[in-house]
Amino acid sequence: MNGRIVVAGASMGGLRAAEQLRAAGWTGAITVVGDEPHMPYNRPPLSKDVLAGKAPFESLAFTPKASTADVEWRLGAKIVAARLAERTVELDDGSALSYDGLVVATGMRPRRLRCPGPLAGRHTVRTLADAQGLRDELTRPGTRVVVVGAGFIGCEVAATAVGLGVREVTVVDPLPLPMVGPLGELPARALLKRHEERGVRFALGTGVAGFEGDDRVTGVVLADGSVLPADVVVESVGSVANTEWLQGNGLDLSDGVLTDEHLRAGGHPEAVAVGDVARFPNARYDGVPRRVEHWSIPTDTAKHAARTLAAHLAGGAVELAPFAPLPTFWSDQHDFRLQSFGAPGLGLEDVRVLDGEPEGDVLVGYHVGGRLVGVVALGGHAAALGAAKYRAHLLKQPALTA
Amino acid sequence: MKVVVDMNKCQDHGQCVFAAPDVFSLDDAGHLAYVSDPDDALRDEVEEAADVCPLQAIRIED
Ligand SMILES: Cc1cc2nc3c(=O)[nH]c(=O)nc-3n(C[C@H](O)[C@H](O)[C@H](O)COP(=O)(O)OP(=O)(O)OC[C@H]3O[C@@H](n4cnc5c(N)ncnc54)[C@H](O)[C@@H]3O)c2cc1C
Ligand code: SF4
Repeated sequence: MNGRIVVAGASMGGLRAAEQLRAAGWTGAITVVGDEPHMPYNRPPLSKDVLAGKAPFESLAFTPKASTADVEWRLGAKIVAARLAERTVELDDGSALSYDGLVVATGMRPRRLRCPGPLAGRHTVRTLADAQGLRDELTRPGTRVVVVGAGFIGCEVAATAVGLGVREVTVVDPLPLPMVGPLGELPARALLKRHEERGVRFALGTGVAGFEGDDRVTGVVLADGSVLPADVVVESVGSVANTEWLQGNGLDLSDGVLTDEHLRAGGHPEAVAVGDVARFPNARYDGVPRRVEHWSIPTDTAKHAARTLAAHLAGGAVELAPFAPLPTFWSDQHDFRLQSFGAPGLGLEDVRVLDGEPEGDVLVGYHVGGRLVGVVALGGHAAALGAAKYRAHLLKQPALTA
Repeated sequence: MKVVVDMNKCQDHGQCVFAAPDVFSLDDAGHLAYVSDPDDALRDEVEEAADVCPLQAIRIED
C-alpha cells in the first residue's frame, strides 16, 4: 500500500492509532505530528504518583510496538490548519503535509479561569511540564494550596498535595459536592467525607471571583467576597478540545470532533478521530454522540478507527459493527480508588447501593428503566474488584435505544 | 513468547485479566499472578493486555 497517513497529535491516541493502523494492515507511510517535545507518555500518573514523587518522570513514556519502528515522528511541531478537500495539513514552520488518510488525535487542553488577577502561581495539570512545575512549588515548605474545581483531577491533586505534607489544601467548587456531576449525590457525599477525614478542606457551593496578588497569586477571592490565602493555585475546571486547526472545513466542532458510528468526521471517509477529542455515538447506549475523557478510550477508538481507515484506503467497504466500547475509568485518591465501568452518567436518576455502605467500601449501580448501565466502586482494592464482577454483566446488556 | 510484569509498577488494576484471562489472573488476595511463557497463539490477547494496563507494567519479550 502506498500513500501516507498523517496522525495529528502525538500522545496516547496518536500512538495507538499508529500501532493499530499497522495491525489493520496499513503498510504505507505514517507521520505523527505532535506539538509536545516528547514521545507519547502516560498522563494519569501526572496527578498521582509522579506528582507525589513516588515514580520518576521517565517512567511515563509508552513503549511503542515494534510494528511502528518506521513511523515518522515530527515532535515539537504544531498543525495550524487543515484543508480536508485538498487532503493537506499545514505546520507552524510554514511547511505542508499532504495525506491520503488523516487521524485526528489532538486531545484536550485545560480550560482556564478568565477572572482578574495575576497568572504566576496558577497551575493546570495536563502535560509533563505542568506536573514538573507544580511539583516544584508543592514541595516548598509551608505551602498553602487552593484547588479550583472538584472534578477528578482536582480531587487527585488535592489528595496528592495532602500526601506531600503541604500546610493547607482547600478545594473550591460552585457545586455542593465533589465529582457530583459524573457520580451523583450518594458517592459524591462519601467522597467528600473521605477527603475531609484525610485533611482536605472544601469551599463548596461558591465560585471564584478573582485572584489577589501583584506579580504572583497570594489569595483566591470567592464569590461572596471572602479570600482564601494561597501560595499555589491549581485550576482544574474542565478542558477544551484542540480543534482550532480543523476550522473552515465544515466539520461540527462544537465540542470536539463529531464523528459517525465508525469514528469518521463530517462524512469524510479518509478522516477519523480518536481519543479525548472524538465525539462519537456509542451503539451500546442511546446513540447520542459524546466525548469520553477516559484513559480506555484512546485505545478503543484507535482500534476501530484504524480498521475503518485502513479498509477505506484499501478500497474496501467497512465491515465493522458500529463502535460500542464499554467505558472504563479509575481514579486514585489518598489510599482509596474510584473504579467505574459503563456509563454511570446515563443512570443518575436511579442510583442504588449494590454492596457495602457509603462509610466503608461501597459499590453503587446506575440504572435506566430499571436496567443497570454503570457501576462505581469507592474504597479499597476489594471494592474495585467488586465493580469488576459487574463488568461482564454490563457487557452482556442489550443496547439501550434512544 | 515471554511476558514480564514490572511488579514495582503494577497496582493490581486487573485490566490485563479481562483482556487475557488465560495468562493473567488475580489471586485470592487480589494480587496479580501470570503465566510468564504463554503459548504464541495468545499473542493478540497479551498485546491487548499490555495496551490496557494503566501502569504500562506489562512487557512482551519475544
Ligand atoms: C492529569 C491527568 C490525569 C488523568 N488520570 C486519569 C485516570 O486516572 N483515569 C482515566 O481513565 N483517565 C485519566 N486521564 C485521562 C486520560 O489521560 C486521557 O483520556 C488521555 O490522555 C487522552 O489521550 P489523547 O491522546 O486522546 O489526548 P491527549 O493526551 O490530550 O493528546 C493530544 C496531543 O496532541 C497534541 N496537540 C494538540 N493540538 C495539536 C496541534 N494542533 N498540532 C500538533 N499536536 C497537537 C497535544 O499537545 C497532545 O500531546 C487523566 C488525564 C490527565 C491530564
Ligand atoms: S493491568 Fe497492569 S496494573 Fe493491573 S494487574 Fe495487570 S499488570 Fe497490574
